[in-house]
Amino acid sequence: MKMRFQSTTTPDVEIVPSQSTTTPGAPSFAFLQRVGRTNAALFLALFLFIPALLIAESDGKWLHRVPDEDRARTNPFASKPDAAAAGKVVFNENCAKCHGADATGLHNRPNLRSERIRHATDGELAWMLKNGNPYKGMPPWSSLPEQQRWQIIAYLRTLPPVPPTGN
Amino acid sequence: MIRIPAPSQRQILALAALLTLGLALQSPIARAQEKPYFVTYSTDLEEPGNLEIALKGLTASPKDANAFVSPTLELEYGATAWWTTEVYAQGQSTANDSAVFTGFRWENRFKPLPREYWINPVLYVEYERVSQADKSILEVTGHDSISRFQVNNGQSHGIVEKSIEGKLILSSNFKGWNASENFIAEKNLSNEPWEFGYALATARPLTLAASSHKCWLCLQNFDAGAELYGGLGTRYSFGLKQTSHYAGPAVDFRTPAGVTYSFSPQFGLNDNSIGVLWRFKISYEVQQLRDLFRSSK
Repeated sequence: MKMRFQSTTTPDVEIVPSQSTTTPGAPSFAFLQRVGRTNAALFLALFLFIPALLIAESDGKWLHRVPDEDRARTNPFASKPDAAAAGKVVFNENCAKCHGADATGLHNRPNLRSERIRHATDGELAWMLKNGNPYKGMPPWSSLPEQQRWQIIAYLRTLPPVPPTGN
Repeated sequence: MIRIPAPSQRQILALAALLTLGLALQSPIARAQEKPYFVTYSTDLEEPGNLEIALKGLTASPKDANAFVSPTLELEYGATAWWTTEVYAQGQSTANDSAVFTGFRWENRFKPLPREYWINPVLYVEYERVSQADKSILEVTGHDSISRFQVNNGQSHGIVEKSIEGKLILSSNFKGWNASENFIAEKNLSNEPWEFGYALATARPLTLAASSHKCWLCLQNFDAGAELYGGLGTRYSFGLKQTSHYAGPAVDFRTPAGVTYSFSPQFGLNDNSIGVLWRFKISYEVQQLRDLFRSSK
């Protein structure tokens, strides 16, 4: 098979695909060569930034989905003196990369010191940590032990409020 | 066919040490939710925006065959919180034979449900293009047998198989334990029947509550568990007859520097299986890759 390409700067160029080293009838990846660099870069940018387009829900709709029994749960670590310090360690290892070390949210992600979060019950926060909100960018953390999720909530309760910045 | 001389064990160890050192010198904190499984998938997806770089290795000395090392490079990206995509490049080096690049895989995992249930599903779709010289044993399907490890690279490397593979991944988390079950169906795109396999695993952190200070050897940084997997025959000969099966313990250690080390000795359960597979993995997560392209907070 021969392909003929018309060029504005060089004479016609005949390109003969090299002999395939795989079995006959194998699909060719030559089409990738026909995709311009610009298109490839655009595709890569879209691929990388899809998550950014789905950044976590910041309107608090998830609060309405929390079942009553979960909403009413209390933090078993609330009265334990080391819980907030342990929660800070776990927060820094798992949450700070998106929500920031100060928990105010990086790159338009939710501010965990907002009034909405401060007014949410421990049970509501525990539900969100367990289930996440995958279609809005927040992964579930159900594989993190429940004790460590409660420790994170204990830590969040120690943070002072900051004014909302649009999220 | 490209063949390169087999690297010595010292060269392989030096490469692994360099990679480990390089990863350890990166940013200070990077943790993953992953389990110490080598074949079984849990429903944990890569966190959106994160890129995990991993070197997964396997070494074994099959009966009546040369010993081998099979390294696999993994690049896993969390495209969204419900979609993870991953590329593998794999090869092997066999004693008294040669070292060959055996092919690549591209896999995608999708989480269809928006919240957690008692049993959580993830759908897995993969395209792979690997030669028959591949010895990575990233899963076992069909009538996989120890006899294929007795074929030298010169005979097996030229035969390239293009396959699609689907998995139903189920996982449950209860009181710190994770239990995962995978049901595997693989189809060689040439005229071969569907092949089936399974993988089961369970694991738990050594302690459930975190320590209040950052430390290297805290129990919370270790997971331990066990894994069992094997083939289930083909569409025309479904069952355990003439299939291979492996089981063994698995541990991992997540360092505060962000590198995770995993190790598992896995034992063949019948005459069709290799006696012992020694598996190891070094992984590192590049946190929020897309944020590197953003200027403001």
